[in-house]
Amino acid sequence: MIRFAHLLDSLLLTPARNAKLRLMEEYFRSVPDPDRGWALAALTGALSFPAVKPAQIRALAESRVDAELFRWSYDFVGDLAETVALIWPAREDTATNFPPPPSLSEIVTGLRAATRAEAVEAVARWFDFLDATGRWALLKLITGGLRVGVSARLAKTAVASLGPVEPDAIEEIWHGLEPPYTELFQWLEGKGDRPHPGEKAVFVPLMLANPIEPGEMEALDPAQYLAEWKWDGIRVQLAARGGERRVFSRMGDDISGAFPEIAAALADGTVLDGELLVVRGGEVAPFNDLQQRLNRKTVTAKMLAQYPAFVRLYDALFIGGDDLRPLPLRDRRARLEAWYAGASHTLFDLSPLIPFASWAELEQLRADARSKGIEGLMLKRRDAPYVSGRPKGPWFKWKRDALTFDAVLMYAQRGHGKRSSFYSDYTFGAWRDGELVPVGKAYSGFTDEELVKLDRWVRNHTVERFGPVRSVEPGLVLEIAFDSVHESARHKSGLAMRFPRVHRIRWDKPAREADTVEALTKLKT
Amino acid sequence: MAAPHPETWLKPTPAGLHCIPGDFYIDPVRPVDRAVVTHGHADHARPGNKAVLATSETLAIMRARLGERAGGSLQPLRLGEAVTINGVSLRLVPAGHVLGSAQAVMEWRGSRAVVSGDYKRRPDPTCPPFEPVACDVFVTEATFGLPVFRHPPDGDEIAKLVHAAALFPERAVVVGAYALGKAQRVLALLRRQGYDAPVPLHGALLAMVELYRSLGVDLGPIEPATGAKREALKGRIVLAPPGATSDLWARRLPEPMVAMASGWMRVKQRAKARGVELPLVISDHADWDELVQTLKDVGAPEVWVTHGNEEALVRQATLMGIRARALSLIGFDEEEG
Ligand SMILES: [Zn+2]
Ligand SMILES: [Zn+2]
Repeated sequence: MIRFAHLLDSLLLTPARNAKLRLMEEYFRSVPDPDRGWALAALTGALSFPAVKPAQIRALAESRVDAELFRWSYDFVGDLAETVALIWPAREDTATNFPPPPSLSEIVTGLRAATRAEAVEAVARWFDFLDATGRWALLKLITGGLRVGVSARLAKTAVASLGPVEPDAIEEIWHGLEPPYTELFQWLEGKGDRPHPGEKAVFVPLMLANPIEPGEMEALDPAQYLAEWKWDGIRVQLAARGGERRVFSRMGDDISGAFPEIAAALADGTVLDGELLVVRGGEVAPFNDLQQRLNRKTVTAKMLAQYPAFVRLYDALFIGGDDLRPLPLRDRRARLEAWYAGASHTLFDLSPLIPFASWAELEQLRADARSKGIEGLMLKRRDAPYVSGRPKGPWFKWKRDALTFDAVLMYAQRGHGKRSSFYSDYTFGAWRDGELVPVGKAYSGFTDEELVKLDRWVRNHTVERFGPVRSVEPGLVLEIAFDSVHESARHKSGLAMRFPRVHRIRWDKPAREADTVEALTKLKT
Repeated sequence: MAAPHPETWLKPTPAGLHCIPGDFYIDPVRPVDRAVVTHGHADHARPGNKAVLATSETLAIMRARLGERAGGSLQPLRLGEAVTINGVSLRLVPAGHVLGSAQAVMEWRGSRAVVSGDYKRRPDPTCPPFEPVACDVFVTEATFGLPVFRHPPDGDEIAKLVHAAALFPERAVVVGAYALGKAQRVLALLRRQGYDAPVPLHGALLAMVELYRSLGVDLGPIEPATGAKREALKGRIVLAPPGATSDLWARRLPEPMVAMASGWMRVKQRAKARGVELPLVISDHADWDELVQTLKDVGAPEVWVTHGNEEALVRQATLMGIRARALSLIGFDEEEG
């Protein structure tokens, strides 16, 4: 566990991709099986344990430390796992013959076999034999999401260098492998055969688009591109292979539990790419409706009826077991249309292609499209294969222009992950009758340096604290960019914004010159 | 007659902590007629006081930092010796924080208060160790006044630093360290571990290192980093003030690995946010265990807590059955850690 904890610690603090690769490669080379395999599973997100809840971890800490001291510490550190790891008091008797710290395998196998209650007990026992970094790493393991700036892909790339083989060679067999991946390491080190790729409904990383600005189109030939609307839902991959059916989110999270009717509707051998929406009577419902279904492990029959899910398809990766990814888009589209015409569908339709002759014509269409459910346009090269990741050139997203307005910072809350010791989540307001009314929240749009300044500003201008939230003096203007603003009965202002983010920090602007709720209302769609 | 409670003769004011019968201030934040200064850090030793009393090392540091503005008249007081000011007996006792640092021990009509300034309890090769003095009121700092702050043995941290420099022979390890105290301590600790290569220093650290050496603290060979060849800095440990490790200056170094010597480095997310690749938990302030131990050692029935995380230390003192309150003194900087 000590080696693994040090690896996570170094990865967290090492910014450069190549240096991260070197750290991981060095680890995989020098740590024996099965520890290194469990580490790979942890880094690729392939481990799952009985979910130990934050409240249980907090309770554990409070069994050893005064609750008020814990609260002050948590308030300072910001991150629960780190607070608990640091605050855990050393055993009084550590000087005399205590056992060596547990190995990663011991911890992983112990946790996999444990119930939730047993897991918490085991954690308390291991804590006494680990140092602060070890405890921190253990908490990262059991709470899921290591957040050390390593993607599954990067971890696989590091493992591939043991061969060396191309990272894609690992991807090809990956879904047939199980942790702790002994046969993978055997193969890479020349001691065994290549493992056989299995057939399973695994996530294929999505093909993503780059943003494009109006001027940049002139260099492109409109005849080579297909245009589609950019739908305001969430991107999903529907996968039915090897008898399994799954709905994956954009990041590859399995969200089948929240959308069982969608998962059930596919025939085996099919992997499709599309936009998940709530559609009622042929109309796309607001994004809020979709959110009612998201982040649920299961859904009730009532929810299924109330928020009917629907997928608007735009691409096909596999149909009838054939891998279509190497084909150009126009051929994939033809296969998709043929597949669609071959049966009747109630939960799917096809994202229509928008005919256009020139960029100017398309620009006009985009400007007119302030209707429901549309965020802008997608441009896709007709001859491009389906490539995971964000290749430069084949796909572009052309969003509707953002709107902006000047708001006043009202509350700040501590962030998560690498921002957990900073006040990084901002609630801002607009003026109404000489009073500030909260109109939205923003978490992004500023640089790390700006974050340090914002955090300092918040700490120096705090009026009141409530747990992780501080209210501040009305003294800082944030220029907020957002995609659209809608009516909402749930907010005091009567308005809800889509995708608000900090566009600029107006250190220079007096708060009383910020915008009013009335001005914001005029921007409503 | 019972001895007067220190709160009747030692009061927080906007100018700083005021000893009323002696009519002097300890570490005043505004210019006053008579100041007692615990140590040379900028938030404790400020310019413009008429008369300043401190250890001769602290006065030398103030003269180097502030020149003419160090004070109208400078009166040195040897550690352990007492002077009487308007009937108040004042003694300076080692605080173990940086060279010259002292606690102000005041006694008036049989009542004793100790203002400890900044302090730490672990050994430091560059200054004499903290001495606990029994008293009626103990005024303590609380920079690391949270139970999450436990500084590991400094030898382990220095070993990490030496190891990193050896592991990356193509890079320079640039250690962010405050100019007064931390830089010299890191140098002295490196020497203790047998690291005897000359250490290149950022220009802003040179003067204070020279001053330490002139006051008899051995820090081994040093050289200016500015002007050194890039090639010659590969695999070296370089010291710079914390702000310089991430700015233009550091770009002259070969693939600099940013290290930082500070108690704040105990919190990974802080290190991460500051772009520190190699956090070194080395502090000149007491950690939580040292603060708690000190409350036990001085045995004061009452403590006043200032600068830092006062609330938690007040809570801890209360749990220990000690009367405690936070002193709202302004103007002290928690950054230097
Ligand atoms: Zn100090
Ligand atoms: Zn201080």
